[in-house]
Amino acid sequence: MNDTQIGWMGVTASLVLVAIAIGLSLWQQLHLTRSMLWSSARAAVQLLIVGFALRLVLDSKASVWWAWLWVVVMIVFAGFTIRSRAKEIPGIFLLGTISMLTVVAVSLSVIFGFHIFPMQGRTIVPLAGMMIGNSMTSCVLVGRRIVGELSDKRDEVESRLALGLSWPDASRPYVRSALRTALVPQIESTKAVGLVFLPGAMTGLVLAGVDAVDAVTVQLAIMYLILGSVATSVTVMGLGLTRQMFSSDHRMKPIARASH
Amino acid sequence: MLAIMGTSVDRGEEGVLLRFDAVSFSASSGTELLHRVDLGVDRGAVTVLAGPSGAGKSTLLRLGNRLEVPSAGVVRFKGTDLTALDPQQVRRSVGMIFQRPIPFPGSVRSNLAVADASASDSALVAVLRRVGLDPTMLDRVADDLSGGEAQRMCIARTLLTQPEVILMDEPTSSLDPENRIGIEDLAREVAHEGIGVVWVSHDLLQVQRIADRIEVLIDGRNATPVERVEYLKQGAEGDR
Repeated sequence: MNDTQIGWMGVTASLVLVAIAIGLSLWQQLHLTRSMLWSSARAAVQLLIVGFALRLVLDSKASVWWAWLWVVVMIVFAGFTIRSRAKEIPGIFLLGTISMLTVVAVSLSVIFGFHIFPMQGRTIVPLAGMMIGNSMTSCVLVGRRIVGELSDKRDEVESRLALGLSWPDASRPYVRSALRTALVPQIESTKAVGLVFLPGAMTGLVLAGVDAVDAVTVQLAIMYLILGSVATSVTVMGLGLTRQMFSSDHRMKPIARASH
Repeated sequence: MLAIMGTSVDRGEEGVLLRFDAVSFSASSGTELLHRVDLGVDRGAVTVLAGPSGAGKSTLLRLGNRLEVPSAGVVRFKGTDLTALDPQQVRRSVGMIFQRPIPFPGSVRSNLAVADASASDSALVAVLRRVGLDPTMLDRVADDLSGGEAQRMCIARTLLTQPEVILMDEPTSSLDPENRIGIEDLAREVAHEGIGVVWVSHDLLQVQRIADRIEVLIDGRNATPVERVEYLKQGAEGDR
């Protein structure tokens, strides 16, 4: 066993921390004991299944198409996750899936087109996962903000339409505000990286024994790609959803207010 | 008794700018809000659309500005079905003033620029004067204007699109009496300049002050002659 393999004993030992969390819950009567046990067990089962499946997909002898198939499954699951988090927005599944597809297409084209990482199963799956994972939350956020902004400001939007503006012009100030709101958290977290927290990829590489500066360069590339991915997904979702809220003859459709 | 009750200025088809022919409209829930409504809007006159709350007056105006499309019947501008015309152009020709003044964020100047980004400073000054606002207001923050000033600015904004018809949906309902009279005078002036004005109101004293012609809507349809007389008489008695 090398330094990076913690083995089953290590995992079992780390359960002590779960026990501490449960102890605190019991002491403070938070009634979260069952939830903690369930989430810990569920995480273990999910990750083990993923681990064994990834072992097959990432095997150096396995075809790279298995990795791409994995990415397709991730995109579809991301679409379902986005829908489950923003059920009130009609057509969110399709828009979310298209956003994720665009994110993966753009980010992986840059990654492999510029040879930032080699195109192999072991790079395709985790990189696509990181881009999708980070973009999903922003997609939900921008979807809710757009529905919220346009329904709150319906009077203003219709006043602009009544002056003869097209739907893109009439909705622009409100869509812009929603896009900014959705992008700011990612920009802030990009700013704070290294100072406030050490990001996952870099932490993983350092734990795996990679030189810290080498780990930083990998992390930097990933951070920039994530920023680009979030911006792409937010824009695709934002513009797509806005388009959906207007008819082709520049009328605003009735919309249900997003619940928060 | 309302002096104007029952008067209807018939200017003939050539003076009619906007015509609603047997127009019906159903909301997305399926509820029918308008049923076979007829209305003609004359050039250079104030047509008042009166009727109790919920009679469908605002909905009819939205059909005129093309913010909604009728489920049956036709709305015509200068004889052409609105659905056959470019909706953006229709909205510039048939302007709309909403019940509550809706200033956009930013200055008065930027509000006016939404209607006409290429308007010169002298054009902006002229339109402010036309609606009775001081031209020094151009750089005031629109949100800081009083209710009456904001509604005048909204009218100025609409006038910049050079409309031939202006649809005014109870434009004085949120204003004090002084501003109410001011906006009424402005509507009359605009009509004198040749624009067709439709004014929605259920204040029958106001109707008396401004109307060249009255149409009454009840329960989403044109009132019958009897209902019309009853409605206007009721209001006149209430005003005593």
